[in-house]
Amino acid sequence: MVEGLLYLTAALGATAFLLALGRFIRGPSAADRVAAFDVLTIISITGIVLAALAEGRGIYLDVALVYALLSFLGVITVAHYLERSV
Amino acid sequence: MTALLDLLGAALLAAGSAFLMFGALGLLRMPDIYNRLQAGTKATTLGTLLVLAGAACLRPEWWPKLLLIGLFLLFTNPLSSQVLARAAHRTGAPRSPLTRIDQLEERGGGGS
Amino acid sequence: MTRKARDLAVLFATLMLFWLLLGGGFAADSLLVGALAALLIALLFHDGLSFFTELRPTPRALAAGVFYYGYFFRELLRSNLRMAAIVLSPALPISPGIVRVRTRLKSRMGRLMLANSITLTPGTLTVEIDGEWLYVHCVTLEPGDTEAATAAIATGFERYLEVMYG
Repeated sequence: MVEGLLYLTAALGATAFLLALGRFIRGPSAADRVAAFDVLTIISITGIVLAALAEGRGIYLDVALVYALLSFLGVITVAHYLERSV
Repeated sequence: MTALLDLLGAALLAAGSAFLMFGALGLLRMPDIYNRLQAGTKATTLGTLLVLAGAACLRPEWWPKLLLIGLFLLFTNPLSSQVLARAAHRTGAPRSPLTRIDQLEERGGGGS
Repeated sequence: MTRKARDLAVLFATLMLFWLLLGGGFAADSLLVGALAALLIALLFHDGLSFFTELRPTPRALAAGVFYYGYFFRELLRSNLRMAAIVLSPALPISPGIVRVRTRLKSRMGRLMLANSITLTPGTLTVEIDGEWLYVHCVTLEPGDTEAATAAIATGFERYLEVMYG
């Protein structure tokens, strides 16, 4: 039961990643791509948490935290750049 | 007891990733940037929080770091969507023809 | 205590809490390093906001905080179920629009929390904050009386945030 749910989680996460990747490729504007990138990052963070669970290594959680931090800064920076370039 | 907690954790993980999937689907299907952000930001926030809660059930000793990631995302995720929506509006991103009203445009550009 | 000193102390305490959650532990050397780093950051960014900046230190504000988070998580779940229903239906039933909403909140942190809360609740996304006016994008805007309908977007959270931050 638990095992089955974990496989389901991985499958759903992978589907989510592919769907968001579709938006990232289609765009059409830079803002759309950044929005897709943001979602992709968050899906990756949950992916890292799942990897930490699978491997049983808590150190991966620090990676997830730093990843979240960098993604936030990245989105803010790009948004700032978009506003400046009007 | 541990088996029950494991089951709860796995269920939370599955529910969280299901919401992530809905969010990504919304991101793909919605007609304009604002609606895409709407779908994206809500679903990913709840989805990630559920996954973190599930991880905390499976590995209770990791709770401080999971809580930290959760708090951080809870605070920054809506913020980055807002900043992005504002940038999109200021640069005149196209709106879906379904849009009924835009009181921000009526106000005129600029502002704080 | 002056306002500035209080903000500084609050920021320092928040940073220390984060340090402890990060796994610094309670050993003397780790506490010292954490305290030095927290002090340095607090001094450099003394006008920074933290969860507790401008939070009123009264029992009533703390109680409002607990109720706020309860209400918030309920709304977050509701908003996700609604959004999932929209996204999964083949017709994609949306009628979006951007409307403005006035807030009674005065504090910076209160307004920030309100904007964040609106973004995470059913069908609404804050696009711009301009003083006391919030510009909110709605996925499904009901036709007709917008003024009354949009006022409801903010009041649910304002009830608690007003007590917490003012």
